Amino acid sequence: MSEHYPALLVILPLLASFFISAAGWLRPACCFPLAVAALGASLLVSLGLLSIVIGGGPVSYRLGGWAPPWGICYQVDHLNALVLAVVSVVGFINLTAARTHVKKDFPERAGPFYTLYVLFVTGLLGMVVTGDAFNLYVLLEIAAITGYALIAMGKGRAPLSSLNYIFMGTIGACFYLLGVGYLYIVTGSLNMEDIARLLPPLHGSKVVTVAFVIMMVGIWLKMGFFPLHAWLPNAYTYAPSPVSSLVAPLMTKVMVYVMIRMVVTVFTVDYAFGVLGLNEAVVWLAVIAIVAGSVLALAEKDVKRMLTFIVVAEVGYMVGGFWLGNRPGFTGAVLHIVNDALMTLCLFLAVGNIVYAKGNSRWESLPGLFRTMPWTMGALVVGALSIIGVPPTCGFFSKWYLLLGAIQGGHYGFLAALLFSSLVSVVLFFRIFEMGYFEPLGAPHGPTHGQDGTTTVREAPLGMLAPLWITALGLILVGLYTGQIVGRVIRHAVPAMMF
Amino acid sequence: MEEFLRLIIGKYNYWIYITLMMIGLYAMIAKNNLVKKIVGMNIFQTAIILFYISTGVKKGATIPIIEHSHDAAHQAVRAADYINPLPHVLMLTAIVVSVATLGVALAVAIKVYHRYLTLEEDEILKQIREP
Repeated sequence: MSEHYPALLVILPLLASFFISAAGWLRPACCFPLAVAALGASLLVSLGLLSIVIGGGPVSYRLGGWAPPWGICYQVDHLNALVLAVVSVVGFINLTAARTHVKKDFPERAGPFYTLYVLFVTGLLGMVVTGDAFNLYVLLEIAAITGYALIAMGKGRAPLSSLNYIFMGTIGACFYLLGVGYLYIVTGSLNMEDIARLLPPLHGSKVVTVAFVIMMVGIWLKMGFFPLHAWLPNAYTYAPSPVSSLVAPLMTKVMVYVMIRMVVTVFTVDYAFGVLGLNEAVVWLAVIAIVAGSVLALAEKDVKRMLTFIVVAEVGYMVGGFWLGNRPGFTGAVLHIVNDALMTLCLFLAVGNIVYAKGNSRWESLPGLFRTMPWTMGALVVGALSIIGVPPTCGFFSKWYLLLGAIQGGHYGFLAALLFSSLVSVVLFFRIFEMGYFEPLGAPHGPTHGQDGTTTVREAPLGMLAPLWITALGLILVGLYTGQIVGRVIRHAVPAMMF
Repeated sequence: MEEFLRLIIGKYNYWIYITLMMIGLYAMIAKNNLVKKIVGMNIFQTAIILFYISTGVKKGATIPIIEHSHDAAHQAVRAADYINPLPHVLMLTAIVVSVATLGVALAVAIKVYHRYLTLEEDEILKQIREP
């Protein structure tokens, strides 16, 4: 059984999505349990895979028994076993919180919602597990297309933002496909390890350079790396709450993984850092991304929209950390994929609760929230401390590794950007705490309530608080177990050429 | 000059793919009507399909079906006689993907139309700015 884990991971939710779709017509009440069962199963499988990989090293699975260069091969090593676990954990936790939102906002569309949800997670899991460059494109589009549809389910400007995302996302995916095409022209292979084997004699080739550059631009477009981020804030702001808290933590992080996978496994570290020597330039781009994301976040007057700009800055952390090209930088980038997925999930879930109770998350809705929604705001504080990087939470540790990487690489611009962004995060979040804690209810710019200042706002239901607090405690637990994660998993994922 | 012409004529399929891609990109960036943008997106995707198809072509080769397969063991198969089928098969998948993207984009455009009663981007933006 366990030798089929890599295939089951993708096939179980894929098949389940058909049943959920059918249940949407016949028995709408069954959609949610089916989705929980499907994602719960892939959660167990991905944790099983992680323990297999920790115990016995990388696993390789041949789909249909075809040998790698011809058939599609699923490769699970330390790097993607970790990312798989994160994707399935975030997908599952958020699913349990989504139920209340769906019941309130679009009960009649529960079937399509859960179908798309499960398909989206399937696409992401497939992207992470696959060892075939073209297969990655197909799964990327599965995740992207379901993502567009999920975002378009929102109110107001959501369809327009989704359409904008479709244009940008399609350009990104097509650039990736073009890069794969150029690689295929020169190597005649689509299997990642096979391409890596065939590439070294072609390192001087212009075709390979074009393939690399165009592929990176495509991937950066998809992850919202700063100058290419224009689609991201609107799409994530106007999406329904359970969709923002699914797409924002996962899509960007998985694209960072794809970038790392492409550079490390396909093009190899030698080529990307040695032959092309782009690393200095890309780290400076990341510096710009971090600074710009933080500054743009300062200008926002809506918690959810502010968070989307923080996502833009965090993408800069991971891209910059990876392109530093040394061991602590790489460790920090991979650890930050894990931590940032959880931090973003925690914050977006908390904002989802605020939107559930107040209808929106603008500054006007914040006063008095610590009194009316203490549990939600408590978790928001934990998530915010993690983004700022306060020690017991996990955000501190990945930032620490990134700082070590910047010092070891002698890249003080990146160091300064990290510190600047942490300070800006302090301002961003303490402004929210101040409004939520000290400003009285209703006044001066709150919505009008009764004469005595009473309000109907109540704490979010338990079905939303439990996932939120599991995530918030997870942030602290992951922080405490950072040594284990780095020592047993990430240490083995660092390419041998980095030190 | 002659060399330049030879570069263009000799690899005309790649020049066409780049031209098509730029037309698509231009439409996506510059057009005001959302449906025209979606059409531009589809042209963009089609250009990449053309690129893949032309990488599989060989001069003087035929479709990759081996004749006389019952006594194929006696005849060596010469790869140069057959076009490369793999890029073509990949593009079957890419066509499906582009159809799906097009479908989702048009469905979302309908939602946008119901919301703003127009598909011209400047009019939509005007409505958003002055609620």
